[in-house]
Amino acid sequence: MLDNKIKSKAEIRAEKLLPGNQNFTTLTDDIAGVPEDKKAPVQWWLLFGFALSLLSIFVGTLGFLVWEGTGIWGINNPVFWGWAIINFVWWVGIGHAGTLISAILHLFRQNWRNAINRFAETMTLFAVICALVFPGIHIGRIWVAYWFFPLPNQMGMWPNMRSPLIWDFFAVFTYFTVSLLFWYTGLIPDLATLRDRAKTNLKRKIYGFFALGWRGGNRQWQHYELAYLVLAGISTPLVLSVHSVVSSDFATSIIPGWHTTIFPPYFVAGAIYSGFGMVMTLSLVARKIYNLGHIITVEHLDKMAQIMLLTGSMVGYAYAMEFFVAWYSGNQYESFAFINRALGPYWWGYWVMIFCNVIVPQFFWFERYRRHIPFLFITSILVNIGMWFERFVIVVVSLHRDFMPGAWAMYNPTIFDVSIYLGTFGLFFTGFLLFLRFLPMVSIAEAKLVLPESNPHHGHKE
Amino acid sequence: MNTYGIIAKFDTPVALVHAAEKVRNAGFKDFDCHSPFPIHGMDDAMGLKRSKLGYVIGAMGLTGALFGFGLQTWIHSIAYPMNISGKPFFAYPAYAIITFELMVLFSAFGAVFGMMYFNRIPRFHHPVFYSDKFSRVTSDAFYVSIESSDPKYNAQEVKLFLKQIGGTEIEVLRDEN
Repeated sequence: MLDNKIKSKAEIRAEKLLPGNQNFTTLTDDIAGVPEDKKAPVQWWLLFGFALSLLSIFVGTLGFLVWEGTGIWGINNPVFWGWAIINFVWWVGIGHAGTLISAILHLFRQNWRNAINRFAETMTLFAVICALVFPGIHIGRIWVAYWFFPLPNQMGMWPNMRSPLIWDFFAVFTYFTVSLLFWYTGLIPDLATLRDRAKTNLKRKIYGFFALGWRGGNRQWQHYELAYLVLAGISTPLVLSVHSVVSSDFATSIIPGWHTTIFPPYFVAGAIYSGFGMVMTLSLVARKIYNLGHIITVEHLDKMAQIMLLTGSMVGYAYAMEFFVAWYSGNQYESFAFINRALGPYWWGYWVMIFCNVIVPQFFWFERYRRHIPFLFITSILVNIGMWFERFVIVVVSLHRDFMPGAWAMYNPTIFDVSIYLGTFGLFFTGFLLFLRFLPMVSIAEAKLVLPESNPHHGHKE
Repeated sequence: MNTYGIIAKFDTPVALVHAAEKVRNAGFKDFDCHSPFPIHGMDDAMGLKRSKLGYVIGAMGLTGALFGFGLQTWIHSIAYPMNISGKPFFAYPAYAIITFELMVLFSAFGAVFGMMYFNRIPRFHHPVFYSDKFSRVTSDAFYVSIESSDPKYNAQEVKLFLKQIGGTEIEVLRDEN
């Protein structure tokens, strides 16, 4: 009888993650209620309009790029890689948090992730789509983008499989496909929920089609759970491989500042850091618009801030180590590349990066800041500004001054560099807002697993 | 009228697990337990064998890895041996990454489509969908279904049995055929 009075660990944890009197019914009503609502909130329409206008900028710039060629960008000799590559690495990096949350935290049985994983996975999908745009367009001839694939063709020509650039394509393409499969598998039970609650026949048919006839029988759950676990298991090495491969685009070259072995872990940590920044930004906005503060709680935000502190500090360590190795190597080109980053003509880019990625996350040592919502919102945006500048420093600042002073040049982006970057935000937010409108933003089935009564061993002493 | 089987509602996941144990102990084979989320320990309670999906995924992963390595070897050693910066044609260390990526890709397809195969989905029509109350199973209801194909099935006895073990809202479902 004492068991009824003294709260178990599971109950205490559940109370923090799902405060108040929440049960299976209220969770379903609250989460499914958002896409079921006949009218979207005004803020949704405002954001959607804004996203569509950015999307039109994207389409317009893309059209002009195809018409005119890459000459519209600021790339020059020696800076052949400009914003296109920066944006590619930045968007892929953002995607990484989604898989970290859905796969790695699932394997570690961190069930606080259940409130944010759907969110983060969707963010991954759209971020990777935005990233994949850039390899497709960066040579300006988008009609030959299919040359990436090893397809038999009349020229007898194949991609060079010994090049990191093609590894990169395979890694990101696999990453996108596996993320899509993972996301969809997670959605099946929730689509069935929406199907069974649908008020109109059309909605029931559409949700029902995608729910594949899910019945929630344990004979189905058995295979489903194994498939989900295996997807989490294979996504874990996959996500670590993706940014490692992206970093090898740089690390396998001989440019000072790129040719380093620290790149793979340093890129992965930075990717997770920026991804959590984006998940934080999006979840703060969504929980505000849809009043879901009792499902995506301050406890969740606190835990995300802790991961940002960890990965931000790893990135800071990598920056310091790069500098140390540049000095310790005794190589004058390597040393110069790093002094040029901090004190050269692009010094401001370097210090923006240091401020946003190394100094800002240190506030998260204190619980006060991890739970302060306006502070979290501003920081989460600073994180992604910092990570964009990190890629700017790596790409542009390393290229603009390499070995021979005679080959040095400055790099200036044009309006079209800016517009295509802003345009990808249109692509990202249009997709994400449509997701918020039509699909449950929190996994309905998995959110219930946080409640202690979902576990049949609850209250039993074994 | 052909019947598909009988369904009974239970109130909590704990009640559903206990019901599953009792149904299994009574000797039924063709039954299922429906819930809005996977319930820990239900496989044992129902006496289900381990899913064979793992073998499918493993086989697919191996196929992907062999295909990836074979494709790269074939391209650079047979189809189009081209000297690029003096790199060897059979540069197997450089093939590791694409081999790995294709292994993951194929495994993921194996996991998702294998799961669909074992679960016999997509299947858009099923007798349980004729019950209006059953539709709550995807939000907050827990159901046991016993199918008429079971050798021990006898409509009156099964109804009584489900009532005895604590089931409510017992319904007989007709078969679509």
